[in-house]
Amino acid sequence: MSKVDYATLKKGGFMQQIQKDCFSLRLQTVGGALTAENLKKIAEVAETFGNGTVHLTSRQGVEIPFIQLKDIDNVKAELAKGGCHPGVCGPRVRTVTACQGCKVCPSGNIETYHIAKQLSDRYFGRELPHKFKFGVTGCQNNCLKAEENDVGIKGALTVKWLADKCIHCGVCVKACRTHAVTIADVDGRVSVNNEKCNYCGRCAKSCPTDAWDTQPAYIMSFGGTFGNTVSKGESPLPLVTSEEQLFCVADAAIQFFADHAQPGERFKFTLDRVGREMFYQKLKEAYHG
Amino acid sequence: MADTYQADETVDITDVVCPVTFVKAKVALEEMDEGQVLAIRMNDGEPVQNVPRSIKEEGHQVLKLNANDDGTYTLLVRKVGD
Repeated sequence: MSKVDYATLKKGGFMQQIQKDCFSLRLQTVGGALTAENLKKIAEVAETFGNGTVHLTSRQGVEIPFIQLKDIDNVKAELAKGGCHPGVCGPRVRTVTACQGCKVCPSGNIETYHIAKQLSDRYFGRELPHKFKFGVTGCQNNCLKAEENDVGIKGALTVKWLADKCIHCGVCVKACRTHAVTIADVDGRVSVNNEKCNYCGRCAKSCPTDAWDTQPAYIMSFGGTFGNTVSKGESPLPLVTSEEQLFCVADAAIQFFADHAQPGERFKFTLDRVGREMFYQKLKEAYHG
Repeated sequence: MADTYQADETVDITDVVCPVTFVKAKVALEEMDEGQVLAIRMNDGEPVQNVPRSIKEEGHQVLKLNANDDGTYTLLVRKVGD
């Protein structure tokens, strides 16, 4: 075999191990969603070509360690039969993470898988000055830690009280963790203090008569990183209220990184260096279309 | 606004923590007949934030949440289904 091109292997998800000529193969996943067919094939490949183990990564991915250099093409072909494909590493858009969202989880406010799949289709593997991570979480519980990501998306719910359906039971007042909901003693009118509301949706979800008009929305954060430096992404925009708007803003963020980042510089440090004002201005333009 | 409900049964879940709070309430409801009203006494904080919603998701009808003088709350629930 000719000289091994480790950079290309890494780009294609083959991570060099400390053991000579052994690679841990990272697979492409979105939101940690795998089919039984995928899993059977992964198990088969791990037993046939690896050491019979897999590693579940911190970003919901699967790596099959102890793949021999000589087997790489066979492994790729075999995995493809089970619908599995190598992932990526290096300076590009990485695995998009997501919780299960409102299609599965009672707390979910948005269809996280749907958003994650679209983000992945749009950006996965895109070459950039450094790694770039997207994470999608369905609600304020933040199981997917949105703000750890270069771009984080958190599901929100906007609520509007429906007087004619309300039985004034008082459940929403106590369900609200930010004390934003009050019921007037005199006439039983329910009010939401928008200064305090965090759009978690607990008032509406707990309401026995569904006396709330609700709309899903997105809280987007930018510049998070949780590696050598730990820093939480910031959310300078108001609620994003449509998918179209979400992708306009995401496009603006990733393009800003592509245009301004130096090689090997994470988004947070690009923002620190060039200043957030210019970036937030770009975001606002995208937000307002 | 002034609706008052007469409870057929009462269960106290102030002596247990999540998730047993909901389980205890659920077991009490299972032993009742459709249409009967259960009064569930619960603590402030997590129980009062979460138990009403769990009861709703189970398909029962939440009627009223009353604050008691001792800092606990009483949730009145009408059983739906057998």
